[in-house]
Amino acid sequence: MTDSANVLAAEESHFPPGIHSFDFRDWFTGLSETALAHMFTTITLGVWLTIAILIVFFLWAYRKPQIVPTKKQWLAESAYGFIRNTVSIDLMGKKDGVRFAPYLATLFLFILVMNFWAIVPGIQISPMAHIAFPATLAILSWAIYMWVGVKKHGFIKFMQLTCVPPGAPWFIYPLLIPIEFLQNIILRPVTLALRLFANMFAGHLILLVFILGGFELLNSGNVFIQGMSVLSFAMGIAMTGFELIVILLQAYVFTLLTGMYIQGSLADEH
Amino acid sequence: MILAEEGGAAILFPIWQEMLVGAIAFGLLCFVLMKFVFPRMEKTFEARVDAIEGGIERAETAQEEANQTLEEYRRKLEGAQSEAAAIRDEARADAVAAKEEILVSAREEANRIIAAGHAQIEASRQQLVRELRSEVGNLAVDLAGKIIGQRLADDASTTETVDQFLAQMETESSGAR
Repeated sequence: MTDSANVLAAEESHFPPGIHSFDFRDWFTGLSETALAHMFTTITLGVWLTIAILIVFFLWAYRKPQIVPTKKQWLAESAYGFIRNTVSIDLMGKKDGVRFAPYLATLFLFILVMNFWAIVPGIQISPMAHIAFPATLAILSWAIYMWVGVKKHGFIKFMQLTCVPPGAPWFIYPLLIPIEFLQNIILRPVTLALRLFANMFAGHLILLVFILGGFELLNSGNVFIQGMSVLSFAMGIAMTGFELIVILLQAYVFTLLTGMYIQGSLADEH
Repeated sequence: MILAEEGGAAILFPIWQEMLVGAIAFGLLCFVLMKFVFPRMEKTFEARVDAIEGGIERAETAQEEANQTLEEYRRKLEGAQSEAAAIRDEARADAVAAKEEILVSAREEANRIIAAGHAQIEASRQQLVRELRSEVGNLAVDLAGKIIGQRLADDASTTETVDQFLAQMETESSGAR
């Protein structure tokens, strides 16, 4: 980690880190003014590496499945089985759970590996720290739970189920219905995307603060202040460990919430 | 450096090229995993459940079969035991009867043999007595004859022999002339 931070520190003073720390240069400068700008950066490299790793691993591990699994097969099955059993089937029951498990598992694995780039030396930035990716996934999740609901109940009935809470007195409806609509139809994907994005954004920022801060301290003239940089680097390492927890948790939360929204769309009651 | 130029809120506005990349990449991942990997996993899970449940079912069937066989054997064994007991009783009765019969016939036989022996002995004795009686008579006569005859023959035979010799010589000489 110190390597990449070193490079950053050597180029120009990046301290304090800010939103400019999230800009990544186009690899091909000729594309910067065209529509292909942002298509080939460290960020998109992370995305492609993510799906390459997942596709290669799963196809390789599940080439010849057996009743008694091998180690790699077991690993692949556990990754899928974890989301299938603890999220999908727990939320939606056996039938619907199995139906949506593949999507939820793919979602989980994708977010997990995407997040993981935040602490991989040499890359150290999660693509999820750019809102575009969480937003894409959130829009997809939104589209799925809306589609599932409309398909099952019909549009009118689904809107009624989603926006009109049962058991409330009639005179409160004018207040409740807009709130419910806003909450369930508009804000769900927004919070879904923002939660993931903000966590990865903040995580990157925190790592930058401590690591770049360490270099900043090292560059000062005072020997005591230089000594303080050790503390800063130590914090950087500790925060990397902390970031790992956030990575796992946010991938799980995004998947869990998507599962809950789909379950809500399938349910017959609010 | 676009983000920085547009100010702080710019981080909340997605770059459409990145959304495109994200959508394509995620779509590709979904396609591969949901088409080639996860359905096969579900199949494996099902096969596994089948294998376990099938195993249990087979074990239960085997258990039941074994129980039935055991019951059957037990019944057969009981039948065989009672049958054996009946056969044994019958055999015992038969043996007793046979023993009685043998004893009776043996006793009869013995009696018969004894009686026949007695009769034979009696007959033999009678015959012996009879034979002895005539034999003793003859012997006595012979003995008496022999004793008497011997004394008489001494004189008579000597003269006879001389006479005979003389007569013989006379006939021979007259015949030669």
